[in-house]
Amino acid sequence: MRHTAVMLEIRDLSLSVSIHGQAVEAVSSISLKLEPGRILGLVGESGCGKSLTAQSLLRLGEYQGVRRSAGDILLDGQSIFSMQDEVLRRMRGGKVAMIFQEPMTALNPVFSIGSQLTEVIRLHLHLDKAQAKARAISLLTDVGLQDAEVLLRQYPDALSGGMRQRVLIAMAMAADPDYIIADEPTTALDVSVQKRIIALLRGLQRERGLGLMLVTHDFGLVAEMCDDVAVMYAGQIVESGTVKAIFDQPAHPYTRALMECRPEVSEAGTSLPVIPGQVPTPGHWSPGCRFAARCPLATEECHAPVAPEAWSEGQHVARCLHVSEGL
Amino acid sequence: MNSAPVLKVSNLGKVFRAGGMFRAIGKDKQAVAEVSFDLHAGETLAIVGESGSGKSTSARLVMRLLSATSGQIFWDDTDVTSLSARALRPMRKHIQMVFQDPFASLNPRMKIWQSIAEGLRVHQPGLSTGARRERVAETMQLCGLDESGMDRYPHQFSGGQRQRIGIARALIVEPKVLVLDEPVSALDVSVQAQILNLLKDIQKKRGLAYLFISHDLSVVHHIADRIAVMFGGRVVEHGDADDVFSLPHHPYTQALLQARPITHPDERVVSAVPMGADEGLAESGCAFKPRCTYAKEDCSSFDNRLGDGGYACLHPLNLSKHA
Repeated sequence: MRHTAVMLEIRDLSLSVSIHGQAVEAVSSISLKLEPGRILGLVGESGCGKSLTAQSLLRLGEYQGVRRSAGDILLDGQSIFSMQDEVLRRMRGGKVAMIFQEPMTALNPVFSIGSQLTEVIRLHLHLDKAQAKARAISLLTDVGLQDAEVLLRQYPDALSGGMRQRVLIAMAMAADPDYIIADEPTTALDVSVQKRIIALLRGLQRERGLGLMLVTHDFGLVAEMCDDVAVMYAGQIVESGTVKAIFDQPAHPYTRALMECRPEVSEAGTSLPVIPGQVPTPGHWSPGCRFAARCPLATEECHAPVAPEAWSEGQHVARCLHVSEGL
Repeated sequence: MNSAPVLKVSNLGKVFRAGGMFRAIGKDKQAVAEVSFDLHAGETLAIVGESGSGKSTSARLVMRLLSATSGQIFWDDTDVTSLSARALRPMRKHIQMVFQDPFASLNPRMKIWQSIAEGLRVHQPGLSTGARRERVAETMQLCGLDESGMDRYPHQFSGGQRQRIGIARALIVEPKVLVLDEPVSALDVSVQAQILNLLKDIQKKRGLAYLFISHDLSVVHHIADRIAVMFGGRVVEHGDADDVFSLPHHPYTQALLQARPITHPDERVVSAVPMGADEGLAESGCAFKPRCTYAKEDCSSFDNRLGDGGYACLHPLNLSKHA
């Protein structure tokens, strides 16, 4: 375990994206805290802003026209937006690393596994070639890959999806970061491989006291891995709490609806509960509760802005005025 | 069911030959071997398995998008296995396909009514534009789409709506069989539920038969009457959906079931790592042997055939109830 706890905190962060040359708000005033040794699940459907939020932790969205319009992200008390390029480069991968969804596209097909992995190691750790190779072998072994030495000479196309994802996890661990942001790390994999990757991530996280942020649309994965959960809808966090609280007593009507429409919790052959309508896209958000148009509990007062902690029970909070009626 | 099957497949096999510059060094790949099943009106047969199991290849063979190396395919009682493309064309309205990615399967330059109506050009060439638009409107309604959107383009629709368009497009020629290749796996859970409900609805109204290809067991359990589990190009277990889910006989089926996501954090098991290596098939004997925790000596000489019990395994599980 680590001796000093490094905190990673998102404070009132708003992000805008550029649509037809106009800045449109895509993430609204989000606050989240990542802690060493804990796994936070950021859950939501496509288009809710969860990947934008995750990428902003490494300032990656900037290359695609994502702009911070308000708020801050603090790593160990320092704003990552005030970091100079060189500091930022060392932070990426060194302090906070990322695992992407597509193990097929995240590796460069024309470089060997060894050269891609040692590049990361040497960039961050100032080791010579032989030392970097030794570290690469030990990393690949740690993530459950056999014959690491042979693997180093192979190219990505020779590896299966599960093996590539293991290589990417090894790469993320290369510089011994404090935090790993994993964006849908198992979505592209077969179910049986998914379980093994989950076990691997949990094992590494426990062993090294890592803080992990898991971005996913899959409540099964959240149930499996997370300690804490934040549910996003239309650019806002609508509910957050411990995994047990969220599953035992989902408070926000959106969270409840999302959980109910999973086929695995409904009786086979029956009609699945659905959420009427669609997720509103950025630029089409109502000033009040953004879920109100689809919500069975919505009333007149929901059309005025709703505070993020409109309902709370200890650490469990929900942006909803009618939680008690739904429970 | 007493009626004749609307789709029947016997001993289907497909070998992909190493070709082109690799002919000399390449190895032939047996993608599908000895697959047999039949499908009746109003029924859903799901084919499940992981990537590389041969499930999508089977779907394409059944559709005659690929030609089989061995075996036979019947649409109703017509053997279509070796019909020419020309002879097949008028018959294609019998069986239609819905793909995983509805966006990739729609032409971005065509208005969606034109995309939906495409099949009519082949199967009812005499229809006037007005009559075709009429049919499109009806089919859109059936699929829960607002017909006022028929002059729009694919990019103006959400993922769920596009999948409805994909379904409408398949249904417009009034097929008896729908082959659905991972139709909901690219969709969000809430949208997935809408599409699954829609498929059930349409099946009830039209008495359609579905061949449902999926890797997601929760979805399959929800929609299928029967299940065929594929591994290494072969069906390793085939049976009534409820039976397969409650008492799987093949260790691979059991492994798949155990790999399903849990529904509550209380179900976490610390050492819940499914058996065997990530991947790999045996060269001879039972293909699943390298991953199987129940494997014994004699598995190395197993012929991988599906037995009368509906499983291809020498040491099946959960048999006591049937003994």
